[in-house]
Amino acid sequence: MSGIKTAIAGTLESNDIMITVSPSRQEGKNTIAVESIVMRQFGPAIIAAIEDSLTQFEVGFVHIDARDRGALECTIKARMEAALLRYKELPS
Amino acid sequence: MKRCRSMLFMPGNNPGMLASAQSLGADCVIFDMEDAVAQTEKDAARILIRHALTYMRPQGVGVAVRINALDTAFWKEDIAAVVRGGADFVLAPKTNGPDYVRELMAGLEAAEAEHGVKDARIVVFALVESALGIENAFAIASAHKRLGGMLLGAEDLTAELGARRSAGGDEIFHARSRILMACRAAGIRAIDTPFPFVTDLEALAADAAFAAQLGFDGKAAISPHHIVTINAAFSPSPEQINWAGRVMAVARRAAGEGKGVASLDGMMIDLPVIKRAERILAMCDGPVEDFHAN
Repeated sequence: MSGIKTAIAGTLESNDIMITVSPSRQEGKNTIAVESIVMRQFGPAIIAAIEDSLTQFEVGFVHIDARDRGALECTIKARMEAALLRYKELPS
Repeated sequence: MKRCRSMLFMPGNNPGMLASAQSLGADCVIFDMEDAVAQTEKDAARILIRHALTYMRPQGVGVAVRINALDTAFWKEDIAAVVRGGADFVLAPKTNGPDYVRELMAGLEAAEAEHGVKDARIVVFALVESALGIENAFAIASAHKRLGGMLLGAEDLTAELGARRSAGGDEIFHARSRILMACRAAGIRAIDTPFPFVTDLEALAADAAFAAQLGFDGKAAISPHHIVTINAAFSPSPEQINWAGRVMAVARRAAGEGKGVASLDGMMIDLPVIKRAERILAMCDGPVEDFHAN
């Protein structure tokens, strides 16, 4: 069992996105990994939505792993908000 | 009066379902934060519903949010999310008396003040689903001016009573009657309980027709497949619309001639008949912007 601080929100169901937040893998910056069924069409928009949420909810430098199943932008932001707030509440 | 024939429950933590809310044919959808959401997902559902209300709000459809009950740790944050997102209705589960309504209203008003919402446009519907709630029906219905309706929740009620739930619904006849009388006495809307046998559409049609016959304004639903049947049951037939139009024409003519009473097809047309005709015509449709009128 890993002791790495991790928070998850969302599901792998259609129209949803599963966001996993963990400590950044590079010192001094956020890192983002996205896997999406619509990566070619909407990859930049998904990453932009994730970056917006990271700016809005400052939690330090984190790694975001996003597994998208066709989520709308507001769903991405909702799942990011939930995951980041859960991450904030975890003990360091 | 905007129609509220069908109110469809939708799981609040399912973005695909929330996105489809506009296209399912219900007059009103209920984004559910309570029973349809696991205890560990309450926060995520609350956030998702707030975003859905803000960024993909269904158009031409009333939007209600069922919050968690007042004996949970969730309801104040639920209310805050509803106020920030801007729903039409809050559905208050497990309402069992007037104090419950007043506590909820105080929480709603506090959230509105905190978030700078001044128009107090959110209407509260009470979900009555216990024996105590049924016994207190009129006290609940008349507890606060922002209470716009009551909805019967027969599953929890019959479980508490020890009654066996049936497609015919004999076991909930008394509860339905109490809710309806209380709503009419208080001048608020009465919404019937969902039909629990999801695939039995024939029995649903009979159940919805009976609720409409009793006088309910609409019926809740737990399946999108129920909406067409429920909407049909709570819509006046062409014959009824024709009759109501003729009643109103006769009534207007009589009023113009200074008569208090007239007749149509051998039937006396007086105030109760005119009111019934008006209600039928109001059920045909109504302006969207008038959704909050009782």
